[in-house]
Amino acid sequence: MAGHVLDTPAWPSTYDGEAKPRVGFFTDTSVCIGCKACEVACKEWNHVPSDNQGYLGSSYDNSGELGADRWRHVAFIEQKLPVGVEGGAPDDLVAEAARQNLVEEGLSPHADEDGFRWLMSSDVCKHCTEAGCLDACPTGSLFRTEFGTVVVQEDICNGCGYCVVSCPFGVLDQREGDGRVWKCTLCYDRLQGDMEPACAQACPTDSIQFGELDELRERAGKRVETLHERGRGEARLYGEDPDDGVGGFGAFFLLMDEPETYRLPPDPVVPTRNADTVWKAAGAAALTMAAGIAAGFIGRRG
Amino acid sequence: MSGDVHDSVSGEGTYVHGDRGKPRSREERMVPREKPTTYYGRPIVKPPVWKPEIPFYFFFGGLAGASAVLASAATFAGRPQLARRAWAGAFLGVTVSPLLLIKDLGKPSRFLNMLRVFKVTSPMNVGAWLLLANGGATSLAAGLNLLDERRRGGAPELAAAALGAPLATYTAALVTHSAIPAWSEARREMPFVFAASAMASAAGAAILTVHAREAEPARRLGIAAAIAEEAVTAVMHKRLGPLAESYQQGTAGRFGKAARALTAAGALAFAAGDPGLPVHVGKRRRSALSVAGGALLLAGSVCKRWSVFKAGFQSAEDPTQVIETQRP
Repeated sequence: MAGHVLDTPAWPSTYDGEAKPRVGFFTDTSVCIGCKACEVACKEWNHVPSDNQGYLGSSYDNSGELGADRWRHVAFIEQKLPVGVEGGAPDDLVAEAARQNLVEEGLSPHADEDGFRWLMSSDVCKHCTEAGCLDACPTGSLFRTEFGTVVVQEDICNGCGYCVVSCPFGVLDQREGDGRVWKCTLCYDRLQGDMEPACAQACPTDSIQFGELDELRERAGKRVETLHERGRGEARLYGEDPDDGVGGFGAFFLLMDEPETYRLPPDPVVPTRNADTVWKAAGAAALTMAAGIAAGFIGRRG
Repeated sequence: MSGDVHDSVSGEGTYVHGDRGKPRSREERMVPREKPTTYYGRPIVKPPVWKPEIPFYFFFGGLAGASAVLASAATFAGRPQLARRAWAGAFLGVTVSPLLLIKDLGKPSRFLNMLRVFKVTSPMNVGAWLLLANGGATSLAAGLNLLDERRRGGAPELAAAALGAPLATYTAALVTHSAIPAWSEARREMPFVFAASAMASAAGAAILTVHAREAEPARRLGIAAAIAEEAVTAVMHKRLGPLAESYQQGTAGRFGKAARALTAAGALAFAAGDPGLPVHVGKRRRSALSVAGGALLLAGSVCKRWSVFKAGFQSAEDPTQVIETQRP
């Protein structure tokens, strides 16, 4: 078993010789152009039903959020920032653009001189090393595959919804009219056929990179260095650290702003990490109650 | 883009995930919060998909568990009338609870899948086994009590009590073992709130039909539970800090206030119905006070569970709670 950097609670130990190198996504949001090819490819390959149709009024994001019927979701963030300072483009380029009237009056939503930048990011299930959904699942429907990914077995899920509240990222949800919970499988079927997941294959800018996790992490480290050298100090990795609250993500990100800007939790912790406290408190309360009730029978015979 | 525009386009008042992702008002979406930054104010964690069966299950599970302990204690203490009523309450609880759980599932026909594994990392799985085991023990003990009212208790009663106490508190673990801030951060106190609420409901149920003199332990326990519930709730809110607003505002807040008032009134009625009081209260009036007190405590317990349940939704809807919990 070569080529893995993270051990998960059920991988590779439970697979013996059949474990494959752990795979994942490195989503480099600095080159995302918001084309949504990933959303479409995911829906097509995985037969994910259509969901909402309409406008949310939040930039070009009209698909809202990850859920049972959306396993890739592209976020659009419009920020008023002085381009020359934060965005990396030299001041003279901005001035030049203005001189050439590249910003047409009446078309730009920010025609003032505040500057403007786009952040786009394709979100996905993080396939956590310590997965809250997997721990919470009372049926064993959620399981760790031989690739180290986390998948729902739809013939076992009974729609209890416990994984929904156990995911620190709000990834899982119940499908309406179906009752079961659905999420990204990291294209389990394609992995078994030695193919890369549909979203990664469809991504035209290689913002979504698929591969063995240790290699992706190495690549991501270099990419951050490059961006920092180019003066993009705000570039950072999110979820690549095996010492974080979920033991590192299987699908991690390069972000250009704080995680919460992208609706990602800044420092997620898997609920299972608190299990000790949770059970001790429940046990102590149970004992207290039993003792209290027993004490109620002591004393004067009414 | 305003909420009105998208409403007319989608043809519904709701847009994302049924009524759980209500379109935000124009003001909410257009005015960015100063701190912290969020993504259009949208939630980070998902609200529960649980239906009203679940808070009622919290109530009935608590009633079943605490009643089993109460019934067992009454059996051993030789209070046959109280024991019989408490076993009836416990049996009712363990009968209704699984029905509520099954009804809530997205795929009710697959309830048994819950029992294809035993999984300690999943409070829901542990709870399903606990409910099953307690259901067995309680049914047996209740059946034995039915056959012999004078029975003094043995292994079945002990088992029902030993499994009943955790049945009353694991439902608190179920919600605190989650990613929802106002639930998770209350993990040290919530089981005590549930235990007190369960104890109040068991005492309330038992006293409804028991002769005042026989009900004496239940009366004391009902009053003690009401005081304990008030105290641990106060501690929980204090330790939660700003997260406590999930329990104090909106629907959760209204249920919380109702629970407080009902429980306090129930305890007062219990106290007023005490046969040991120096003040003379007629026998009939005393029994009416007991019945009223029991009903009030039961209603209070239902409201308490609804308050906790609703608080989880309100907490999940507010992304700043997730951010502020993780960035202290």
